[in-house]
Amino acid sequence: MNDRQNGQVLAEDERDSDSASREPYLRIRGLTKKFGDFAALKDVSLDVYEGEFFCFLGPSGCGKTTLLRCIAGLDIQTQGQVIQNGVDISTLPPTDRDFGIVFQSYALFPNLTVYKNLSYGLENRRMKRADIRKRVDELLDLVGLEGEGPKYPAQLSGGQQQRVALARALATWPGLLLLDEPLSALDAKVRVHLRYEVRQLQRRLGITTIMVTHDQEEALTMADRIVVMDHGVIVQVGNPVEIYRSPATPFVADFVGTMNFLTGEVLGPRRLRLGNVELECQNGLEAIASGTRVTVCVRPEDLRAHIAGGSGANEVTARVEGLEFLGAFYRATLTVEGMSDQLVRADFAPNVVQDLGIRENEDIAIVFPDDRMRVFEES
Amino acid sequence: MAEVAETRAPILRARLSRDDLIQGGGLLVMAAVFVVVIVIPLFSMFARSFQDADHNFIGLGNFVEYFSTPSLVVSVHHTITIGVVTTVIVVVLAFIYAYALTRSCMPFRGLFRAAALIPILAPSLLPAISLVYLFGNQGMIKELLLGESIYGPIGIVISLAFWIFPHAVIVLTTALSMADARLYEAAIALRASKVRTFFTVTLPAAKYGVMSACFVAFTYSITDFGAPKVIGGWYNVLSVDIYKQVVGQWNFEMGAAVSVVLLFPVALTFIADRIVQRRQVAQISARSVPYRPKPNRRFDLIMLAYCLTITFVLVGMLAVAGYASFIKFWPYNLSLALSNYKFDYMDGGGWDAYWNSIIMATATAFIGTLVVFTGAYLVEKSQRFGKLRSSLHFFAILPLAVPGMVLGLSYIFFFNNPVNPLSFVYQTMIILVICTIVHYYTVPHLTAMTALKQLDAEFEAVSASLKVPFYKTFMRVTFPVCLPAIFDIWIYLFLNAMTTVSAVVFLWGPQTHLASVAVLNMDDQGDIAPAAAMAMMIVYTSVAVRILHGLATRGVVLRAQAWRTY
Repeated sequence: MNDRQNGQVLAEDERDSDSASREPYLRIRGLTKKFGDFAALKDVSLDVYEGEFFCFLGPSGCGKTTLLRCIAGLDIQTQGQVIQNGVDISTLPPTDRDFGIVFQSYALFPNLTVYKNLSYGLENRRMKRADIRKRVDELLDLVGLEGEGPKYPAQLSGGQQQRVALARALATWPGLLLLDEPLSALDAKVRVHLRYEVRQLQRRLGITTIMVTHDQEEALTMADRIVVMDHGVIVQVGNPVEIYRSPATPFVADFVGTMNFLTGEVLGPRRLRLGNVELECQNGLEAIASGTRVTVCVRPEDLRAHIAGGSGANEVTARVEGLEFLGAFYRATLTVEGMSDQLVRADFAPNVVQDLGIRENEDIAIVFPDDRMRVFEES
Repeated sequence: MAEVAETRAPILRARLSRDDLIQGGGLLVMAAVFVVVIVIPLFSMFARSFQDADHNFIGLGNFVEYFSTPSLVVSVHHTITIGVVTTVIVVVLAFIYAYALTRSCMPFRGLFRAAALIPILAPSLLPAISLVYLFGNQGMIKELLLGESIYGPIGIVISLAFWIFPHAVIVLTTALSMADARLYEAAIALRASKVRTFFTVTLPAAKYGVMSACFVAFTYSITDFGAPKVIGGWYNVLSVDIYKQVVGQWNFEMGAAVSVVLLFPVALTFIADRIVQRRQVAQISARSVPYRPKPNRRFDLIMLAYCLTITFVLVGMLAVAGYASFIKFWPYNLSLALSNYKFDYMDGGGWDAYWNSIIMATATAFIGTLVVFTGAYLVEKSQRFGKLRSSLHFFAILPLAVPGMVLGLSYIFFFNNPVNPLSFVYQTMIILVICTIVHYYTVPHLTAMTALKQLDAEFEAVSASLKVPFYKTFMRVTFPVCLPAIFDIWIYLFLNAMTTVSAVVFLWGPQTHLASVAVLNMDDQGDIAPAAAMAMMIVYTSVAVRILHGLATRGVVLRAQAWRTY
C-alpha cells in the first residue's frame, strides 16, 4: 500500500510527459454487452492513460454506464477484454479488481458516521487503529471536511455527502477512480463548484479517473479526454476542444453545445451553396464531390453580426424574427435572404445588440465564418 | 460480418468471487430446505390422495367416493357459502372502518387504528367461545337471535368476521391512504357531487385494495379450522372434515382427498391475487399530492359512531371470554374465581401446554425472522444466480396458497413415515416450529423484500470495491437499517405462532401440547370455561408481548433518529 502511495506521487511528476508514448493504464478491447437480444455495447475499444481524467458522455441509454459497470466488474461483458495495468481483468468479480467508485446516489451507509464510512474499507485490511485514524483524518482533510467525522450522512448537505463518497472511494488507495454521474443529484451552484474541486483533487492525486455523465458542460470543463457514445458505440474520442470544435458526426455536433443544421450543396473544394447563397468554407470539403447534398453545421456563437450593407466574404442579410434575452447573451432567430425558410440561431453579446441596434423584425448583416463550419454528407 | 465475428468469439463467463460462492451456497441450501419442508410434503399428500389405505394406487377412487357421498359433498357447498358471506360482510364493514380512519377527521383515529387489530391477538377459537356464552343454549342474550341457533353458519360467519376483520382493515387502510389530492380538487373544480366523486375517484383508486381484501378474507374464511370446529355444530365445512377424517376416523386417504378439494379454491384465489397484484401499477406518482381530509361535523360524527360500535363489538367479544373465564360455573354459580385457570386438572396438557406455546412462539419468531430475512436478502441482493433467486422467491410465496390443515396433514404423510430419516422430528417441538414458520412464511418474506428494496442498491457494489465481504455489510448496514421491519416480522410470527391451530393440530405430541390446541381439546370435552381461560391466557400474553414490541421498536427508532431523517 505504500507502493501505491508512491505510485500516485510518481504519476503526479510524470503528468506532463506525452501520454501517447506510454502504455495505456486501461485497455478496453472489443467489448460487447448484451442483455437478452439488446446489445448495450457493440464492439467498444478504448485506451485510458495513467493519470487521465476521462469522460464517457452520451444520452441516457447510450451504454456509458454499462461500460463503466463492465470496467468495475459489476456487469460482465458478453465478449471482449478489459486490461488494467497490464492484467487481464475481463472476468474478475468486482472484489478482485482495483477501483474506487462514487455513485449518483453516493450509497453512503446511513447508519454509520462519516468517520466509519471512511474507515469501512480500511478496517478490513488489518491496519492498526492509529493508522486508520491517520488515513481518515487525511481523507477528511483532502475533501475539506475536517471535524465532520462524528456526523451521520443525513446531517450533511448534498455537496458534503458527495465529498464523503469521494473520500470513501479514495480511502483504500485504488489505482482507478470511477464516477457514475457523481454530480447530477446536486443543486446547480454546488455542482459547478464541485466540478472544479473534483478536478483539482484528481490533478493533485494524479489518479486515473473515469466519469460517466450526460451533462456535456460537465464533460467539457472537467475531462482531459471525452468519449461520446451513442447506441452502444463510440462516436468520437478527443479532448474537449476537439469534441466541441470538430464534432465527428452530426450526432456529436447536436449533443455537445448548440448547433445550427442547415442543408446545402457542395459546389467545389472550398465552396458551398445554401439555398441561393454561396459561401466560402475552409475545411472538410475536399473529400466530398461537387453536387453532393450536405448538412452544414455552424454554432450560434460563431455567427457574427455587422451593420447591414457591408460586403465582406460570407456576409449575408438576415431578418431578426425573434430575439431572446438569456442573461449573458441574446439568442436571435434569423431567416437569411435566399435561404428559404431555414431558421438560423445566432448568439450576440448584449453589447453587440446595443451597439448595432439589433431589434426584432429588422434586417442585419451576419457573417458565416469560413473556418468554423462543419460539413457532413447527407445520409 | 459482425454476425460471424460474434459467433466466433467465446462468450465470457464471470469468475465467481468468494461472496458469490457463499451467496450461491446460501441460496442452494435455502432452496433445498424449502423442497424438504413444503414441496415433498405436499407431493406426498397429493400422492396419498390417489391411494387406498394399503398405499395401492387407485386413481381417482377417493375423489369418486368423496363426491358420491352426499354428507361429504355438502361441505363444499357449505365452505363456499361461508367464504362468500363472510367475505362480503367483512370487506363492507372493514371498508367503512378504513374509510373512517383515512378520510374523516373524527377524533381518536390512532386509537381506532389500534383497536381494529385486537382480534389478531386471539385465536379464531376465542370469538366462537364468546358466541357460545352470548347466544348458546344458555347464552346471556340468546333471545336476540329470534330462535335461530348460533351453532352453525351464523356462529361461524360472526366468528370469522371478527377474526378476519383486522386483516381486511390493514389492506384497505393502505389502499385508501394512498390518494392523490389533485384528483379530488379536479372533481370539486368540475362540480362533481360527493357521491359521484366517491364512485369515480375513490373507488377506482382503491379497486385493487378491495380485491386484495376480498382474496384475503375469502382464503382465511374457507381455510380456518378453529371457529367452525367450536361453533359449527352439524354444519360441516372442508377444514373440519379433514380433521374428522384424520383424527376421528383415521381415514388418511380421504383426509388427503378432502385436502386436495380444499386446495382448489385456495389456489385459484392465490392465482387471481397474483394476477391482480401484477396489474396494479403504481397509481401514486412522485408528483402526487397526498390527500388530507377536511373536517365535516356531520360526516365525522357518523364515522365516529360507526367506529365506536365496531370497537365495542371487538372489545366486547374479548371481554365476554375474559368474564366467562373467571366465572365459577355458568350460569348457575356466577361468583368469580380462578378455578378455570387450574389447567392441570383438565385434559389438554395443562399449564405445560401454555409454556410449550411460549417456547414454540419464541423459537418460531427468532428462527423464523432470521431465516426469512436472510432468505429475502439472498433473493434481493445476491448479484448472480437469477434463476435460483426467482425459484426461492416462488417457494417463499407458495405457503400463502397452502391452507394450514393441508400443510399439517402433508407433514404427517412426510414426517410420520418410518422410511424418512427426518421422522424423529415428528411430534417434537422442532416440527411445530418448522411447520409454523413455513405456514406463515409469505407475509414476512414480502415485508422483508419491501424493506430491502428501499435500501440503496449500490451498497453491495461499494462494499465490493472496498473489498469488504458482503456478510460484513449485511451485519453492519443492511440488518441495522432494516431493524424496524425485522421487529415487525418477529411480532407477526410470534402472534401467529401463539394463536395458530390449523397446521399444528396434527403435529403436537404427548410432550408438546400447545395452548391453542388445548383450547380446542378442552372445548371438545365440554370444558368450555377452562377453554375460555386458556384462550384468554393467549390473549394476555399476546398483549404483553405486543406492548414490549412497541417499546422495543420505539427504542430502536429513537436511537436511530440521528441518522434516520427520511
